[in-house]
Amino acid sequence: MPKDHGIGASSKRREDVRFLSGRGRYTDDMNLARQAYAVFLRAQVAHAKINKIDTTDAAAMPGVIRVFTAQDFSGVGGLPCGWQVTDRHGNAMLEPKHPILAEGKIRYVGEALAMIVAETEAQARDAAEAIVMDVEDLPAVVDMKAAAAGGTLVHDDIGSNLCYDWGFVEDNKAAVDEAFARADHVTTLELVNNRLAPNPMEPRVAIGDYDFSTDQHTLYTTSQNPHVIRLLMGAFVLGIPEHKLRVVAPDVGGGFGSKIFHYAEEAAVTFAAKELRRPVKWTSTRSEAFITDAHGRDHVTKIELALDKDGHFQAIRTETFANMGAYLSTFAPSVPTWLHGTLMAGNYKTPLIYVNVKAVFTNTVPVDAYRGAGRPEATFQLERVIDKAAREMGMDPVELRRKNFVQPDEFPYQTPVAVVYDTGNYQATMDKLLDIADVAGFEARRAESAEAGKLRGLGLNCYIEACGIAPSNLVGQLGARAGLYESATVRVNATGGIVVMTGSHSHGQGHETTFAQVIADMIGIAENQVEIVHGDTANTPMGMGTYGSRSLAVGGSAMVRAANKVINKAKKIAAHLLEASEADIELKDGAFSVAGTDKSVDWGSVCLAAYVPHNYPLEDLEPGLEETAFYDPSNFTYPAGAYACEVEVDPETGKVTICAFAAADDFGNVVNPMIVEGQVHGGLAQGIGQALLEGVSYDENGQLLSGSYMDYAMPRADDVPSYVVDHSCQTPCTHNPLGVKGCGEAGAIGSPPAVVNAVIDALHRGGITHVTHIDMPLTPGRVWSAIQG
Amino acid sequence: MTKVSMTVNGRSMSGDIEGRTLLVDFLRQGLGLTGTHVGCDTSQCGACVVHVDGKAVKSCTVFAADVAGAEVTTIEGMGNPDGSLGVIQQAFQDHHGLQCGFCTPGMVMSAAALLAENPKPTEAEIRHYLEGNICRCTGYHNIVKAIMAASGQDVSAVAAE
Repeated sequence: MPKDHGIGASSKRREDVRFLSGRGRYTDDMNLARQAYAVFLRAQVAHAKINKIDTTDAAAMPGVIRVFTAQDFSGVGGLPCGWQVTDRHGNAMLEPKHPILAEGKIRYVGEALAMIVAETEAQARDAAEAIVMDVEDLPAVVDMKAAAAGGTLVHDDIGSNLCYDWGFVEDNKAAVDEAFARADHVTTLELVNNRLAPNPMEPRVAIGDYDFSTDQHTLYTTSQNPHVIRLLMGAFVLGIPEHKLRVVAPDVGGGFGSKIFHYAEEAAVTFAAKELRRPVKWTSTRSEAFITDAHGRDHVTKIELALDKDGHFQAIRTETFANMGAYLSTFAPSVPTWLHGTLMAGNYKTPLIYVNVKAVFTNTVPVDAYRGAGRPEATFQLERVIDKAAREMGMDPVELRRKNFVQPDEFPYQTPVAVVYDTGNYQATMDKLLDIADVAGFEARRAESAEAGKLRGLGLNCYIEACGIAPSNLVGQLGARAGLYESATVRVNATGGIVVMTGSHSHGQGHETTFAQVIADMIGIAENQVEIVHGDTANTPMGMGTYGSRSLAVGGSAMVRAANKVINKAKKIAAHLLEASEADIELKDGAFSVAGTDKSVDWGSVCLAAYVPHNYPLEDLEPGLEETAFYDPSNFTYPAGAYACEVEVDPETGKVTICAFAAADDFGNVVNPMIVEGQVHGGLAQGIGQALLEGVSYDENGQLLSGSYMDYAMPRADDVPSYVVDHSCQTPCTHNPLGVKGCGEAGAIGSPPAVVNAVIDALHRGGITHVTHIDMPLTPGRVWSAIQG
Repeated sequence: MTKVSMTVNGRSMSGDIEGRTLLVDFLRQGLGLTGTHVGCDTSQCGACVVHVDGKAVKSCTVFAADVAGAEVTTIEGMGNPDGSLGVIQQAFQDHHGLQCGFCTPGMVMSAAALLAENPKPTEAEIRHYLEGNICRCTGYHNIVKAIMAASGQDVSAVAAE
């Protein structure tokens, strides 16, 4: 019987009622008294010298309150970068200033040049068109390899377009080269991990407010991590101490990484609200989102895999160019390095690995973390090169993988790329996958497709993820300029109800439901006795927010710790009430009892005693029942799994249809299976989108060609199949109290190679053997051209 | 400014608008019905779908003045009279057909229009009908399942896990 409440139950989401009835409270739904509206004038060319911005006419337009240019922000800092990578020679990465509004030069189409604040949005928009720009066009730097080679500089003052040249593990390089020299077989693959626009359905919004009577600033913003924004914007940009700055991220309509970062508009409206003594609201259009929200991926990679004659992996060597865009977004440098290089072992025992990453500046939108962040890039190249190796060596791709798996009895497993996998069972997830994907029945389905003139293919692959990046002291050594703990306060009310204030943030993940399930389970009370509060720095403890599939593994762990503190104190109170020893008190089903007796006191009575302490050990124990905990994990968690995709390729048109997709994941323990499955579904659609449909495209002048849903192909309902997902293979995480691993990104990490492997498989089975790789997205045009050779 | 009147969720509503005011802006800003969302500016995403005289319409592509006198239904009008969730809304909750909730109002309104036209749609028909509604969170699986369930059909065979 499935559980009907608590940990393991598919509890229905409580947040759904407001979303389904139109009563969600997203940032754009908020309007403050006397609110003015901001619109940004944005660069229409990718690279140019700014001679003059003449705002005279615009300032005189109806309703215009003020026009801000870079000069107005001369007294504030630039947008900070939260991660400093050290290159292979021991030097710090190049870190150009990232101004709020462009200073002296335009560096990408979409860069903010001026901010117009007016009584209405329409007036601000009209005024933006009246600003006269005097600029001198410069050649745009778009291609990464050309950028790295020098020539035109995106940032003249730093002297190079190469942000860093990173080697990992640098000390292994010579040994890796030697292994390649003596390998029986080397498979090489050059590929592109296509640039993506994250596209949460809610565009970004920021409202700045200022109370001059208390010198209090408030920023309402579409953020995944309000505390991070408060710290970055307060400390590095505007110089506002935390106690004078409140950041609120109410209901947020999806993030996928793109709402982690501190954006210029947030600082600009907060700044303007004080200058104007009025609330200032900015709402992004979708077109604006395409040219301002940080993009994801955009790697060009050469990977080589060395094998012995039996197919055992001997070494991996990669060279990657990673696009940073025009400026360093908040966590951009970490994505192609520590979130990518450390995953290059995958699910396999490869003794020697060397990863080289050259991060370059180009005249494009900044690139940063997008669902998976570095891990999809690692998984894609690894799982593609393994498939290619299997084909070259005449081996079964599943057997080649199995042969090289870290075996179930080999955990904890030290990889050659720093990380230690705590638990896993890759054979089990592969077995499960072959079953749920009905691989045995593939041949019959292929024959059926062939009769219809279609080429059917099957692609399989594995993935491993690293979630809940930590511990803080380690990531600090790796260049992080932040801690990566999480926090929670568990507040028990006098009549027994509980409010949990978490530093995590939900923007679709369902924390309000799952976190309540955990607390209800721990204490043995109903889930509706527990309320979850998040998203407001004024009423939550300092926390790092939600990204990297960290909420339950890190935020949930902090909450469990705080709840355990509460329970321990409650046991002392119960012991007093029951006149028993604390050691004999047991908590079960919402009641404290004395072991081996029928004496008990219920949860509510203990809570009441804590707040009405008439019969209470006041000399030993403070009244009240409220505890806070911070949790800093000792390691990442390592979800892993195996995915299978079945496609039909139309050889006449090159069109790829996904016929079936199956995912067997190991997420450790699962709190709410329904929500976990939903997370996988969404990730799969994004991964299938990357593989078949999506791609940010720039022309050679740095003009964005894919700037709306008319030309950026988002996955729609009829582009994707119903998915078959399974999470019954569970090897619980050994180092967090819930034994959970994180499930948010798996689908997006594991699915692109499965799709591409399936298409290549379909072509080969159809006799089209000259095609060994097609770069994503596998549009009909690309597939057809590949077929034609 | 001109005055416009229409029936919204069964109640007569009116307000002053500019000629260029879009229906979605009138609903959100004029009437405070913020359940209808704006997710794009090219009439592609469907977060703004409402019903005008019973037909699904993208309210970002209609001038408020053009629907004067019409019967408009928004997500706020889809519940039962006692305030509980309507059949389609309840199916979305039961089958986890939403995550961040931003596309959800448009999805529910499109689903309602589909079921009014086609009370027992197949999975393929549902997927095809939803072409004008983009969801970035759910991968559509549970949305399809929810609509199937709301139509009274067995969901286990179609969207098996």
